[in-house]
Amino acid sequence: MKKLRDRAAELLSQGVVSLVIGYEEGTKRPRPLFCRNSESTEKLIFDSRCFHNLAVYITKKELVGKEHFAVTAPISTLRSIMQLYVENQLSEEKLLVITVDLSGELREFTTFDEIAAYVAQFELKRGEREQEILTKIEGMSREERWKFWMEEMSHCFKCYACRSACPLCYCSKCVVEVNRPQWINPWPAPLANMEWHINRAMHMVGRCTACGACGDACPVGIPIDLITRKMMEDLAPEFGYVPGQPAKQGNALSSWKLDDREQFIR
Amino acid sequence: MSSNTDFEPKIIAFVCNWCTYAGADLTGTSRLKYATNVKIVRFPCTGRIDFLLLLKSFAQGADGVIVSGCHPNDCHYTSGNFHARRRWIAFRSILDLMGVDIRRIQYSWVSAAEGSKWADLVNNTVADIRALGPYAEYQKVADYLEKEGYNEEA
Repeated sequence: MKKLRDRAAELLSQGVVSLVIGYEEGTKRPRPLFCRNSESTEKLIFDSRCFHNLAVYITKKELVGKEHFAVTAPISTLRSIMQLYVENQLSEEKLLVITVDLSGELREFTTFDEIAAYVAQFELKRGEREQEILTKIEGMSREERWKFWMEEMSHCFKCYACRSACPLCYCSKCVVEVNRPQWINPWPAPLANMEWHINRAMHMVGRCTACGACGDACPVGIPIDLITRKMMEDLAPEFGYVPGQPAKQGNALSSWKLDDREQFIR
Repeated sequence: MSSNTDFEPKIIAFVCNWCTYAGADLTGTSRLKYATNVKIVRFPCTGRIDFLLLLKSFAQGADGVIVSGCHPNDCHYTSGNFHARRRWIAFRSILDLMGVDIRRIQYSWVSAAEGSKWADLVNNTVADIRALGPYAEYQKVADYLEKEGYNEEA
């Protein structure tokens, strides 16, 4: 922790970066901290409770438009950063990524190749909560799944926190704001909610890094992160990517193979 | 079966301009008879068929959907149907997870020369949907705002 604070203060005072995005102690759990001077780095923390995905801020032009900046990143954030890089949303010049590895040592990445090599050591595993709910869903019949999701979707009131929390939802105009025609009705009704979540999952095909930020952000606790999570796991072998690792053959939906599955096509 | 004999399924077909639409045209000019339950919507390419359109058809009262285009390697735009195929794989996977009845979406390749295949496809799909019955489950959710109380009924 001391090393991280010192390094952040050093970076800021030397003018290497003008902004360090990290975590500070919040009321119940760590919250994001934006350090613009070396004094504020005293509040920086970094531990296993820091899972808020800070990658969501690094594509915001109004926040990091012209500046050189650093971001402290646990493994889930590193995965998102890699995916953003694959999608040409980040440039190496402005970004310095700092993480604390398993042995507690500070590590800095200036190139995306280094991050890719580091991320490759970590396998994406289901946590206890994910395992529990997904096992339940996998054991259901189709009708039960429909009922389960309809019940969950009936709580959704379209706050779009899932969209705001997701580092990969960076479209400047979202499909739900398109109203000529209005694709997805803006009011919270079961069908409109389900269409929104199916739509969100479709836009995440082959991209989601399963950081869980959307499910974490949901104020009514719908396990929406598991929709994209399960979709990633199911489609990975077919589309030739590894969940949690940056896609090497380009985006899953903008590429194709001659021998893609088609038993379901009559 | 007995309860479904009166039920006429509504089926929407999303087809590509270059193969299946021409194929369906050939069915007509060849004077082949096929079920009249299908309403055809013509698209430039299967790659243009947005996945939300399929959901919208169910919401508007369709009981089944046909999506059809050129065989692989026959696409007028070289690779539109390959992209579409990938999208369908992903879409089916997500719908299945959400509990949407994916048996009601029939994908097919029908070329401009396959007039009889189109007739068979429509007839078979109509028979399948007739056996499945109306998609009331989805309708109930779609009509939520008109008929209050989705959860109370269920």
